[in-house]
Order: sequence, then C-alpha cells, then structure tokens
Amino acid sequence: MAAEHQVSAQTVIRVEGLRTQFGSNVIHDGLDLEVLSGEIMGIVGGSGTGKSVLLRTIVGLIRPASGRIDLLGTDVVGCSESERTRVLSRAGVLFQDGALFSSMTVAQNIMVPLAEHTDLAPALREEIAELKINMVGLPLDAANKFPSELSGGMRKRAGLARALALDPEILFLDEPTAGLDPIGADRFDRLVKGLRDALGLTVVMVTHDLDSLNAICDRIAVLLDKRIRVGTMQDHMHDDHPWLREYFHGPRARAARHTDAATEMG
Amino acid sequence: MTVVLDNAAPVAQVDTDSSADGLHLRLSGNWTTATIADVDRILRATSLPSSGRAEIDMTDVMALDTSGAWLVHRTELALAEHGAEVRVSGVNPRFAGLIETVRANDDQCPDPEPPANAFVAMVERVGRTTFLVAQESRDLVTFLGHSVVVLGHSVFRPSRIRMTSLFHHIEQAGLNAVPIVGLISFLIGIVLAFQGAEQLSKFGAQIFTVNIVAQGVLREMGVLLTAIMLAGRSGSAFTAQIGTMKVREEVDAMRTIGLDPMEVLVLPRLWALVICLPLLTFFANIMGLLGGAIMATVALDITFFQFARQMSGAVTMWTFWIGLIKAPVFGFIIGLVGCYEGMRVTGSAESVGRMTTRAVVESIFLVIVLDAMFSILFAVLGI
Repeated sequence: MAAEHQVSAQTVIRVEGLRTQFGSNVIHDGLDLEVLSGEIMGIVGGSGTGKSVLLRTIVGLIRPASGRIDLLGTDVVGCSESERTRVLSRAGVLFQDGALFSSMTVAQNIMVPLAEHTDLAPALREEIAELKINMVGLPLDAANKFPSELSGGMRKRAGLARALALDPEILFLDEPTAGLDPIGADRFDRLVKGLRDALGLTVVMVTHDLDSLNAICDRIAVLLDKRIRVGTMQDHMHDDHPWLREYFHGPRARAARHTDAATEMG
Repeated sequence: MTVVLDNAAPVAQVDTDSSADGLHLRLSGNWTTATIADVDRILRATSLPSSGRAEIDMTDVMALDTSGAWLVHRTELALAEHGAEVRVSGVNPRFAGLIETVRANDDQCPDPEPPANAFVAMVERVGRTTFLVAQESRDLVTFLGHSVVVLGHSVFRPSRIRMTSLFHHIEQAGLNAVPIVGLISFLIGIVLAFQGAEQLSKFGAQIFTVNIVAQGVLREMGVLLTAIMLAGRSGSAFTAQIGTMKVREEVDAMRTIGLDPMEVLVLPRLWALVICLPLLTFFANIMGLLGGAIMATVALDITFFQFARQMSGAVTMWTFWIGLIKAPVFGFIIGLVGCYEGMRVTGSAESVGRMTTRAVVESIFLVIVLDAMFSILFAVLGI
C-alpha cells in the first residue's frame, strides 16, 4: 500500500474542468490538474487566487460549481457520502495551524482517526500514536500536552502526526512552513521529504515558501487567471508570464536558488 | 499451531511454529492499519520463549504500512527482551525503508501522570475554586473601580466618548431588543393578570387584579425581565466581541497604538446599556400593563377605563420610579460583567465560549442580588 518509493506514472488526483465560485465571484474556471503518485506538488499563486480553496475543494470541504475531481480513482464530487468518507480516510490533511482538537492531548488527537476508522485495540492505537509522534520529530513529552501548550511549529508537527495516523496515500498540506522560523521551516521541509521517501506518500502542498518549492517540490502548479500551469521550477523560470517572471525572478527567489546551490556544493 | 483468520488473501495472518530450533513466526497477507487488529491480539497473546532462537519470516507479507511495521518491530523487541535471539527474514526490499523508519522512531512517550487520590483531588478542587472565586471577585471590584473612573471622566469630558461606537451599541443592545422585550413583557402582563384573577375571584375581588399587575409590572417585572433579556442578549455579545478581539490580539494592538481599551471598548458599551436599559424598561412597563389590561378586558370584563381608574388608585408615581431607578444600575452591572469577562479571555476560542457563559450567569445573578438589596433599601425608606 505505502511501499512504492519511486515516482511512477500513476495518477492519484485528477481534476478536470473545475469551476468554483462564491456567489458571483468565480475563483477557478476550467481548471485541470493531475498529480502523480509519489510526487511532491507545490501549489502557488498570488493572494486570493484560491490556493486554499483548491485544496479544500479537492478534499471535499467545498463543493465545486462544476467539474470532476478523481481522488485515488473515485469521483469525489459525484459519489455518495459514505464513499467519499472512505476515500478521504486514505488522505491526510494538515491545516495551517494544525487544527488540533483543543480539548484533547496530542496523543488523543492522533488516536481520533484510528478510533473512528479502524478496530484496533486501544493499546495498539496508543503505540501507533507514539510512533507517529516520534516520526514527526516531536519531543516525547508532547504526547500528553494540550495544543494550547505547544508552540506553533510543534502544533504543525502534531497536526502532521494526526494527518499520518491512518497511513494515508496522499498528504495535503496547507502552508506547512508559514509562521515557522527558517530553521523550523527547513526541518519541516526535510521531514515532509523524508516521510515521502519512507512511506511513498504523494504530497500536495499550498505554499508561499520559495525555499520549500526549491528544496522539495518535484513539480509546481501555479494558479494563474483562474487556471493552473504545472511545471518544474526550471519550466516556470523560463516562462514569460509577467506574474511568473516576478515570482521566480524576484530577489527572494534568487536568494532561495542561491542557498540551494550552495548547499548542494557543500 | 496454525492460526487462520480468514481464507481471503489480503488479511494479515501469522503462523506460529514452536520447534526445537526455536520460535518461528511466519507472517503473510496485508499488514496494514485496516487489517492488523486481529494479529495484534494474537501476537500479544503468544507466549514468548525465554531463550533460544526466534525467527520472524516476512516472505509472504503482501503489503505493509507503518502500523504493520510497528507490529513486527514490537514483536521483535518483545522477543529480544525475553532473551531470545531474533532474526527477521525475507523482508521485501520495498519494505526496508518503512521498517527502517519505524525502527528509528520507537522511543516510548512518558505515561500521563496518574490521577491523584479522588478525595485529595476533590479537596484540592474545592480549595482551588474558592481561591479563584475570591481572586475573581477582587478583580471584578478592581475592574468596577476602573470603569467608574473612566465613566466619571467621560461625564465631565463627553468628547472622550466615541459617539459612533456608542450609537452602534445603542442600536444593537437597545433598538434591536425592542421587539423581544416588548413581547415578553406583554406576555408576562397577561400571565400576571390571569393568575391574579384566578386567586382573587375566590374572594370576589377581581378588580384588585389591576393592583397586582400594576405593582408587579412597574416595581419588579418590567425592569427585571428587561435586565435578564439584556444580560442574555447584550452582556454575552460584549464578552464574545471583546473576547474574540483579545484572542486575535486586537486589544494588544490597540494598546501599542496608544488607545485605551477601557475607553474604546468598554466605555461605549457601558454607556449604551446605562442609556438603553431605562428606555427599554419604560417600554416593557407599557407593554406589561397593556397585556394585563387586555387580559382583564377579555377574561374579567374590566374595561380599559375601569382598569385605568383602578390603577391610578393602586400606584403612585414612586411605584413607577422604583422600577426605573434600578434600570441604569442593572444596565451598568450587565455591561460591566460582560466587558470584564471579555477582557479575561485568554488564548483559545474555547475560552471565549466559557467566558460568555460565565458572563451571562454572573450578570443575572448580580442583577437579582441587587434587586433584593433595592427591595430592602426601599422597605427601609418606606416607599
């Protein structure tokens, strides 16, 4: 299930002709996107272009006006509620601030999906929760802490641990490095990449962080004019679209590329 | 011994074979979160050899995820701990990364602290709560003092009052409450008249129903019901509004810009309630009397004219003022508690909800305590 390491050509998410709108405000129009198994796909775009909306639409939190979304081979727009729940249990979502249930400890948070979707014994659920806490690099005493007692970075890690509870095939991350200091962000990037390599995950992440895009994303989907343009960092850099030029040739982008080159040499 | 859980291939299975060589565990099927519940139970129940060799054979494992890998690793650890020499064999190279990940992450989290002795815990809770109540009362008095100072300043320098905000809150807390306050008072007038008539008719004194309605509504019911409505409607809204602003650090932002939250947030709300509650009480009185009068006409054949004449004998101007004097005080207390609890919100959205509940309970409690104190005061004064 979770053992393919290399990027194979299998499509795990296929979005076709997606149109989302709030009232008369059209966010996406005729948007197509394909995510392949085992890749890390970054989604970027200016403010208000609907990056998070796209993510929420794919995981079924927002109903599109029209279009088709296939998640792991199931049409999540047209299928029944129970089918959708089953498919979504094969995907994990990390919200921006972790979205941990505030009345539960971290370990209890991680056990929620296990209790809901499996018939594992409580003792095993606890062991798996501990394993995930270890895997996301949280200090061990975090298990019994409440979300309000954790720092922002730790809450994100805890949220990631909960997203990983059921060993999902796809991981959705909403701005995973926003609000983290550069060291924390870099560690988080490496964590995501490490988990992808170890568990054979497919990762879709909305991000603004050029360092993450550069360091871990295999392909980048750019939201432009209500649609998406997919390519590698190199492809986008040679694109003439004014927004792309500004984004990938700005001073921050140059700095990100520079550090990357430096680490590779060193 | 062979344990077959299911004849279908994908389910996780384990064959246990104890021979002279040692223990031989042959795993097969899919070892994933969804399928390992039963093998977990079996592996836990398996008696472990205390010495010799043990082999975990993974040749026939078709699928593995972290949970499955953990189960294998846990068994391996348990065997090793018992003193057996463990070997894991037949690992598909595709699973190597997973197993490696799990191996590297098997540290145990500390157990949560065991709950203390129930009796000791109860005593501790009582003590803690007593302390908190005392602390809270002190803080509320401090806040009261601070508010009185700010309110007093604003009386002498009305330019300090933010008019836009004040009128906004007057609209929210006052004008928008008119329909519900009117309806409730009207219904209470009807209820009073009906209950009064029922009892008094036994003595042939139905006409005194008017006295009950007039005294009841003007002295107590009108102002008390309006105050309770406003505590539920506006006091809670104040806590939620200010509390949300605290959670989003807006209150801190105000302080850094040099705005005093007391002046910007608390003052207009306090003034709005102090102004609105008497006005609403007046309206509630009229509606209550109207309800009583209509009930009297319908059920008791007392005409409006008779009602009015009887009422003019039953009440004095003081009856009316006693009710109305209390209104601004109640308004002040409701606003005070609402804002105070809002300011006490810390951290999470959960805290907003908790404080809002508390604000409503506290303000209704204080309103009724004050009402009782007013009653004693008026009794002593003889009015």
